[in-house]
Order: sequence, then C-alpha cells, then structure tokens
Amino acid sequence: MSSSAARRYKLLRLLEPYLFLAPALIVIGLIFAFPIVRLVTLSFQRPFQGQLLFVGLTNYQTIFKDEVFLRAVRNNLTLLISVPIMVFIALILAIFLFDRIRGWQFYRTTLFLPYLLPITVVGLIFSYIFQLSGVLNDFLKVIGLERFILDWLGSTKLALPTLMFVIVWKEVGFGIVLFLARLMSVEEELFDAAKIDGANWWRLQWHITIPQLATTIEFFTIVSIITILSWVFGYVYVMTGGGPGNSTMVTELFIYLSGFRYNQMNIASAVSVILLLVTGIFIFLELRLRERSVTLEEMP
Amino acid sequence: MKTPDRILGLIGSFLRQALVIGATLLSLFPVYFMIVSAFKTRFEYIEDKWGLPQSLYWANFNTALAGEKFFIRFANSSILTVGSVFVSLIIACLAAYAFARMEFYGKRTLFNIILSLMVVPPVVMIVPLFVAMVRWKLVNTYHGTILIYTGLLLPFSIYLMTNFFRAIPREIIEAARIDGCSSLRVFWNIMMPLSAPAIITLIVVNALWVWNELLIALVFMQKDELKTLMVGIAALRSRNYVDIPATMAGLLIATIPIVIVYLFGQRYFIRGLTGGAVK
Repeated sequence: MSSSAARRYKLLRLLEPYLFLAPALIVIGLIFAFPIVRLVTLSFQRPFQGQLLFVGLTNYQTIFKDEVFLRAVRNNLTLLISVPIMVFIALILAIFLFDRIRGWQFYRTTLFLPYLLPITVVGLIFSYIFQLSGVLNDFLKVIGLERFILDWLGSTKLALPTLMFVIVWKEVGFGIVLFLARLMSVEEELFDAAKIDGANWWRLQWHITIPQLATTIEFFTIVSIITILSWVFGYVYVMTGGGPGNSTMVTELFIYLSGFRYNQMNIASAVSVILLLVTGIFIFLELRLRERSVTLEEMP
Repeated sequence: MKTPDRILGLIGSFLRQALVIGATLLSLFPVYFMIVSAFKTRFEYIEDKWGLPQSLYWANFNTALAGEKFFIRFANSSILTVGSVFVSLIIACLAAYAFARMEFYGKRTLFNIILSLMVVPPVVMIVPLFVAMVRWKLVNTYHGTILIYTGLLLPFSIYLMTNFFRAIPREIIEAARIDGCSSLRVFWNIMMPLSAPAIITLIVVNALWVWNELLIALVFMQKDELKTLMVGIAALRSRNYVDIPATMAGLLIATIPIVIVYLFGQRYFIRGLTGGAVK
C-alpha cells in the first residue's frame, strides 16, 4: 500500500465520526443552539418604528413589575408542593407492588396508564368531572355531602389545587414504574438476608428499600421539579386557560400569551430566559445524577 | 405464639391490597367515565353521569367524526408523528454509533451537552424559533414542524441508542472490520439489526410524545386545515362545547391508538421511559 493511500485512510478515520454526527449536530444547532442564542438577544431588544433596538434590561425590569408575571411565578412555586406528594405516593405504591401482592402486574399496567394519555384528553375529561354541574358534584349530592359542592375549576381559590390534583394524577405513574423497575434490579439476596436476620416489614423498607432507591428518588424529584416549572402548559391551557382571574396563570402560559396573543415577543423572550436559567439549575443536577449512575461506566 | 404476628400480617396485606385497589380505581375512573359517556345520549348523560349507558348510542361517533374536521386532524397528527419519529430515528442512530464506537476529539463534552438538552423545555425556544421559522417560510408546513419535533426528539434518542450500542460486544464489530466492512456497512448490517428492541422502544416512546404534543402544534400549525388532533381537542373546551357525549366519543377515538400501542408494547414503553434512570 502506498503511503498516500494510508494517509488518506487515516484522514477518513479521523473525519468519519464527524460525518456520522453531522446531521444530528445540524438539526440540534437549528432547533436548540440557534434559538437559545437568539432568545438572549431578543430579550435585550424592543421593536421601535419597525426596527429592533437594544434596550438593555428594560424588558426584565418590565416583567418584574408585571403583576400577572409575578402571579405566574408564585403559582409555579405553589405547584411545587405536588413534588413531595408525588414522591410519597409513588414510593408507597411501588413498595406495595414490589411485595408482589396479588395481581401486581395488572395494577402496574393500570397505574401507569394515566402517564401515557394525552394531557389534552385528560384535561378535558377532568374539566367535565370538576364542572359545577359535573360528575364530582353530582356524586357529592348523592352521598349527601352537599356542603362540599363547589366550583372546583371556577373559583379563584380552588382552581389551582384542582389543577394540582390532575397533575399528580397523571404524573405519579411514572414514579411508580421507575421505583418498581429499580427495586426489581436489586439483588434478591439483600432482602432475603435481612429477612433471615429477622427484620420486620418496616425495618426492611427503612434499611434496605429506601437506601436502594435513593438515587432513583433523587432523579424522580428533579424530573418532577422540571416538569412542574416548565411542562404544565397543556393542563392549564385546556382546563382553565389561566383563569379565573389569572389564578392559574403559569410561566409557560405567560410566555405563550405575551408572545403569540399580545405580540410582545421581547417580553416573552425575557421570561423565557429566566425560565431557562431556573430550569438550567435542575437540568445540571439531573445531568450530574445521570453521569453518576450510567454514563461513567463505559465511557473510555 | 405466632398467631398475633399472622393476624398482623393479614391485616397488613389486606390494607395494602385495599390501598392499591383504591389507587387503581382512581386512575381508571376518568377513562371509564370517558368510555361510558361516549355511548350515552345527551339526555341520558345529564340524568346519570357515571352509570353504565342503557344502550350503546353510536351516533356520538358520527357526530364526533363529522364535526371538527376529525379525519383531517387525525391525518395531520399521523403525518407529523410518522415523519418526525422516522427522521429522528435515522439521525439519532448515526450519531449514537459515533458516540458508542468511535474515538474523536470533544466526544465527551458533546455527549454531555446533548444529554443536558434532553430536559430543556421547548417553551423557552418557541419565540425565537417562531421568528426564525417565519423567515425561513416554514410556519404552517409539515416539514417545518417535523424539523422541530425531530430536533426535540434527538437528545433522548441519541442517549438511548448510544447506551444500547455500547452494550453490543466490540468483538462483533472488529470481526466485521477484519472482513473488510466499512463503518457504514457495520452500522447498517450489524448495529441496526442487533438493536431492534431498542429501536422499537424508541419508536413507541417518541411516537407517543409527538402524538400527544400540544404547544408546538398550536404555534406552528395554525391554519385550520393543518391543525392536529390535540389542538382540535383543546379547542373544544374553549368553545364551550355542549355536546359532552359526542366530545367524549372524539376523545375516545383519539386515545384508542395510544392504548392499543401501550397494551402491546408495554415492556418497550417501560424500558424506554425508565431507561438510564434505573441501573
């Protein structure tokens, strides 16, 4: 073989990985990198006589004086209450299913189902359930609890908690399946040894199950926080539209409305930057966690 | 001497069973409610909201299919789902092959960046994306929206496929290389067929995601004849739709494909959605 052919072969081997990566990098560049850079510049600009002018931090100052935006942030923070609730419910149910109670596979299938249904469909069904003349109130009347007949989605006090219930209802299945899958990968001997040592059910959970689940719990918590901060648009859009009286306004809906209904792209961009920074913290934490659990094992 | 323990154990297992059954009923009720309501007349629905229908009233399905341009919406959702799942699969597998089986400068950093994009919420990119898509004349087009979905699906897809490709023994690839296979042939004739389970997982999980997605569809497919099923459904509520049974029939038809795919591919779903987090 001539040395130039060898060199060409070496060059090909050197370039080849980038050829395999090229389509992915181009699409990711177009859909993630470019928009994020553009987002930051947009957030420092404002339209003036058909041109975008640099206005410094004006957009940021505007939103932090905006009552509706502040309300949206408060609501997102309130919704975070659902995170520990979801972790708790998922943990209990996963442990029960792991005890192999009769029919556990059937239960796993049905408990996971809500997670797969479209938010739009779920939201619409629940809005018929929680309507003033809906299923829930009819049911309360039948069992004689008339004083609990309330306008679940139509009152400013109740709409957000109702929304939170629906979010928990749908998202908790992911936690159950996640925890259960992790428990099933723990060596049986660990549980058997503890049982032989005479550990009762509670001690078994406390000393074996929970420590074995620690990383998975951490992961589910972070993912749920990200979900609550930045993936609840569908629920709000379908069930309440942010109302009544902005009582269920969330950051995502604020971005959508100011960007596409009120034509304030630059305000929407400033809010997006803030949302990205906040979720960025949790994205970073999630990444660290993933690295610890899987990525390191074989990365040369 | 053992009796109290056994009684306690029995009570414990009874409580556990009761709690799990309660949770199961709660997670099934809305689905049950959707199904029974879809078969009731409007009058029957008002009279009895959660009971079984007296007889199956199929006319709701006609109303649902005729109204709201149901078939067009269904087709639009299908086009976007098939298109973006297919394109992202090919692109992701190529990239994953490079990450799993090739050495190059910046590999680790690049992989970490892509990992972190996995959970970046699309809502933050939506304004600049819209501005760009208007300029590129890609708003209200199938290929424009497929491009966006493809981009959003890529990080997770690359991650999942890389992990899977890494598990394929190096010896197989070395052997093929000695036989004179090019990288592309190794990829196409060895890696891809061996990865069938991972590919099915990816298709199932990604298809579900695109089918259910609302925000991107809402912003980038605004023309009436381009709207997706989920956008159509979301609009029913804001229009104060009064025919609840017909609406439920529509929801049922929109949900059936998902439930069928889920019941047949449950293990793929679970593997895909828990993949990486559980080890």
